[in-house]
Amino acid sequence: MIDMLTQLEPLWLMVPELIRDVLVIVLKIVVVMVPLILGVAYFTYAERRIIGFIQNRLGPNRVGFHGLLQPFADLFKMLFKEVVVPSSSNRFLFVIAPLISLIPALAVWAVVPLNDEFVIADIDAGLLYVLALTSLGVYGVILAGWASNSKYAFLGAMRSAAQIVAYEIAMGFALVGVLMASGSLNLGQIVLAQSGTGIFSWFWLPLFPLMIVYFIAGVAETNRAPFDVAEGESEIVAGFHVEYSGIGFGLFFLAEYANMILITALTSVFFFGGWLSPFAGVPGLADTWIAAPSVGWLGLKMAFFSFCFLWFRATFPRYRYDQIMRLGWKVFIPVTIVWIAVEGVMAALGIGPWSAAA
Amino acid sequence: MLYPLKTFLMTELVQGLRLTLKNLFVRKVTIKYPEEKTPKSPRFRGLHALRRYPNGQERCIACKLCEAVCPALAITIESDVGPDGTRRTSRYDIDLFKCIYCGFCEEACPVDAIVETDIHEFHMETRGENIMSKDKLLAVGDKYEKTIAAEKAADAAYR
Repeated sequence: MIDMLTQLEPLWLMVPELIRDVLVIVLKIVVVMVPLILGVAYFTYAERRIIGFIQNRLGPNRVGFHGLLQPFADLFKMLFKEVVVPSSSNRFLFVIAPLISLIPALAVWAVVPLNDEFVIADIDAGLLYVLALTSLGVYGVILAGWASNSKYAFLGAMRSAAQIVAYEIAMGFALVGVLMASGSLNLGQIVLAQSGTGIFSWFWLPLFPLMIVYFIAGVAETNRAPFDVAEGESEIVAGFHVEYSGIGFGLFFLAEYANMILITALTSVFFFGGWLSPFAGVPGLADTWIAAPSVGWLGLKMAFFSFCFLWFRATFPRYRYDQIMRLGWKVFIPVTIVWIAVEGVMAALGIGPWSAAA
Repeated sequence: MLYPLKTFLMTELVQGLRLTLKNLFVRKVTIKYPEEKTPKSPRFRGLHALRRYPNGQERCIACKLCEAVCPALAITIESDVGPDGTRRTSRYDIDLFKCIYCGFCEEACPVDAIVETDIHEFHMETRGENIMSKDKLLAVGDKYEKTIAAEKAADAAYR
């Protein structure tokens, strides 16, 4: 195998450099996207199973072994359904809206580091890129609501827009905290700034309030329960995607779950040391695989936060709309501002992880 | 605890999360239906059947009591003289769409001819299959005579 590859090397070098770069990048994108799409598929399965279990039911267990083929059954059902475009809708925007909500959700993965070597685009303004693209996702929702020319869809879109504006600010402030602590906008550098003595050198401990705010704002940002007023099936049917059927709806579904997985990945990277092992500083384990940083740790952390998403959905009833606004503007933003001030004072005094950055 | 502090620290939300987490590990009571089934009473009223005596003679004597008692008018009977010179039904139809499975026909029958078995997993695929003719009813009776007799015996003490 290795011999064959070394024989192929001259052939590879004959390919123009530009095309070689493009091929390598495409390969990297495939390596990230395929597990992500599969992750989305099995996230829907896990959601139905776990919420079922929490409600003392079994959830889907018919298709395949313990229902493991259920996501594919759902996918094929959705693919074969008719795509209905309402006659009075704006056709172009109606068709393009699912793509606009899906593309940013996938594009953010370009800067998410999976370990200290693998990242599609190792750019220094990674954090700004993340903030920019995650807030672009709401355009898909707004366009879908407006283009459908339906009152329910429009209400859902308006709610979603107001909610995301409110929580984007708290989210941004929480990330300012991360920025102060790590001294870098590069996601890989942020993770490396947390390396050291395992679980207690990660940012969740010094930035605890910001971590809580960031994760809850993340739940709100992805329009998930208990912040799912944009969908609110008991109030406005299905919100912004009432008029979507077939694969148009499927793309919104994909975007929502891709966004959720993204938020789990970002929470892990910003506050829980990304690919770093939680047992890094434990004596006796120093040279074993348990203490070694690996992409598996990132996967475990993401799995835990994904579970939290489902756990919240199974536990909490939907927020009332004015309560969402109160929480966003009157609680989260003050909390983050106070903690940024605390951080600033501690950085000036050289306490905690800020001493290096300051 | 002070109310604002309580809401700020989300203590009650955490309580809720603890409850749902506990329920995640509770033993599930769902019955996986086609593989697992709940026990059925011997009085269960399912698909109808016409029985025979052990010597092969039809029990039904065309007294039409079941037809008279049927609240849904699901039973249609015509009588004639049978090949052995006794009074027999020449037609005995039950419309399963009209039938409400009340079991009155079974109660009314003086010779225990019409019975309702415990079969509840049956379906129709074409129009007309909902009419259970005499042949079909007798066929059901012949096929399930053993279970029908066992059920009658199990319930006899309480009648």
